[in-house]
Amino acid sequence: MTAAPAPVAGIPAIEVVALHKSFGELEVLKGVDLTVDPGQVVCVIGPSGSGKSTLLRCVNRLEEPTSGGIRVEGIDILDPEIDLDRIRARIGMVFQQFNLFPHLSVLRNLTIAQRRVLGRSRAEAAEVARHNLERVGLMDKVDAYPAHLSGGQQQRVAIARALSMDPDMMLFDEPTSALDPELVGDVLDVMRDLARSGMTMMVVTHEMGFAREVGDELIFMDGGAIVESGRPREVLSDPQHARTQAFLSKVL
Amino acid sequence: MRRTTQRRIRQGVLYLVFAAAVVVVAVSADWERLKTNFLQVDVARDQLPEMITIAAKNTVLFTIIAFSGGLVLGVLLALMKLSTVLPYRWLAVAYIELFRGLPALLTIFAMAYVLPIAFQVHVPGGTVGAGLLALILVAGAYMAESIRAGIQGVPKGQAEAARSLGMPAGRTMVSIVLPQAFRIVIPPLTNEFVLLIKDTSLLFIAGSTLDTKEITTFARDGVINSNNSTPLLMAAMLYLLITIPLTRLVAVLERRLGRSR
Ligand SMILES: Nc1ncnc2c1ncn2[C@@H]1O[C@H](COP(=O)(O)OP(=O)(O)OP(=O)(O)O)[C@@H](O)[C@H]1O
Ligand SMILES: [Mg+2]
Repeated sequence: MTAAPAPVAGIPAIEVVALHKSFGELEVLKGVDLTVDPGQVVCVIGPSGSGKSTLLRCVNRLEEPTSGGIRVEGIDILDPEIDLDRIRARIGMVFQQFNLFPHLSVLRNLTIAQRRVLGRSRAEAAEVARHNLERVGLMDKVDAYPAHLSGGQQQRVAIARALSMDPDMMLFDEPTSALDPELVGDVLDVMRDLARSGMTMMVVTHEMGFAREVGDELIFMDGGAIVESGRPREVLSDPQHARTQAFLSKVL
Repeated sequence: MRRTTQRRIRQGVLYLVFAAAVVVVAVSADWERLKTNFLQVDVARDQLPEMITIAAKNTVLFTIIAFSGGLVLGVLLALMKLSTVLPYRWLAVAYIELFRGLPALLTIFAMAYVLPIAFQVHVPGGTVGAGLLALILVAGAYMAESIRAGIQGVPKGQAEAARSLGMPAGRTMVSIVLPQAFRIVIPPLTNEFVLLIKDTSLLFIAGSTLDTKEITTFARDGVINSNNSTPLLMAAMLYLLITIPLTRLVAVLERRLGRSR
C-alpha cells in the first residue's frame, strides 16, 4: 500500500474562497469562505436547499463553480491545466444514495478504480479492498452484489470503496439520510472510527449528535452562505444568529 | 359470486368465438389444393438440406453481422447524440433521421448499385457485402435511439461516483455506464434483432449467388425451380424456428441479469 503523502504543515486540506455558484438564474452559493485543516472534521448543517450539497460537490468539481477559488492541499483545482482525475482520486466522496455500482460485486466495486486509476495490480487492489471491508465490518460480503445488501451495508461498502483509494480527505453528503433509523448507527460508528484515525472530513449531516461528538467545527448554512460557525458544542447550545436558532429549534 | 359467474360467461363466449373461427377456416379452406401447392413431400425433401446448410446458415450469419455492426455504430451514434459538442449532435441526428426515414430496401439498393457507380466505391464482399453494409447502417440508426435512452436511464449518481474516484470520463462510460445501459436496452435490442432477421430477406435486391442466398431468396428460387409453393411454407417454419427460441432465450437471460441487480 502506498501511504498517503503526509500533509504539509501549515497548508489547509481544503480552502474555499469567495465561492459563488449559480444554476442559470438561481444563485445557490453566494460567497462561501471556509478552511478545513488536515485531520479536522468539519460538519455542515442547514435547511434543505441552502447549498450544502452544492458546496461539497464544488470541492471535487462535480459541480463547476461560477467564481471564487478552491484549493485542495494547496493546489488550485480550478486551474484548467491540472489533472483533475488525480486530484479527485485523493478526495473520497460518499453519497446519500450510496451509488454503488450494481453490476459489480462488492470486491470489484472496491478494486475497479484502484486498478484503473492508481494502476494497482489485481492482487494488491484486492488486498487493500479486503483491509477496508474489514474496517467497516463487512468482510463476509466481499463477493455479494450491492442489491443483496441492506442500505446500511451498502453505505459502509461505499465508504470502504472511497477509502480503498487511500484518500487524504473524505467528503460525506448526508450519508445516513437515506437509511432506516436502526441502520444509521453502524454507519456513524464507521465514520467515528475514521475521524479518530485522523482522517480529514467534511460532513453534511442532520445528525446533531454526531456533529457535537465528532466534529471539530460546525458550519450552519442558509440561503447559500455560511451564517454561523464554531465549536459544535457552542453553536448547538448557544447559537448566536436568529436563523441558526430558528433552524436548531426545529431539528433538535 | 355474481361477478365470477359473469366472468365465466364472458370467457365461455370468447372460447366459442375462437372455436367457431377455427371451424370456419378449417371447413372453408381448400385442403386438397393447399396440400398440392404447399405440402409436397418430395419437393420438401429435395430442398431441405441446402435450405438449412446454405439459406438458414446465411440468414443467421447475415443477421449476426448486421446486428454486431449496427450495435457498434449505434453506441457511437448514441454517444455523439449525447455529446456536448454541438456538431456531433447535429451529425448524429441527421444520420438517424436519414436512415430511419428511408426504406431499408432502398438503402440496400443504393449501397449495392448506386455507390459503385457514383463514387467508384466497391464494398468488400461484392453486392452481398454492400447489402450487409446497408443493413448495418440502418440497424445502427434504429439502435442509436434505444441505446441513448438506455444511457440516460442510468442514474447520474453512477457516473458521479466513478468520477469522484478519479476515473476518467471515457473509462466511466465503458466500465460503469454502458454495462448498466445495456441491461436497460436488452428488450428493444432483442426486438431489433428479430426485425433484422426478417430484414435480411431484403438482401435479394442486391442480387445473390447460390452461396449467398438467405432463406427468403432461396425459397423464392425454389418455388420457381420446382413449380410448387412448398418452399415458402418451409421458409416460414424456418424463420419461426429461429426467432421463437431466440426470444425465449433472451427472456431467460433478462431474468438472470435482473436477479443480480
Ligand atoms: N443541477 C442543478 N440544477 C439546477 N438547480 C440545482 C441543481 N442542483 C441543485 N440545485 C438547486 O440549488 C439549491 C441548493 O441545492 P443543494 O442540493 O446544494 O441544497 P442542500 O442544502 O444540499 O439541500 P438538501 O438538504 O435538500 O440536500 C436548491 O434550490 C436546488 O434546487
Ligand atoms: Mg443536499
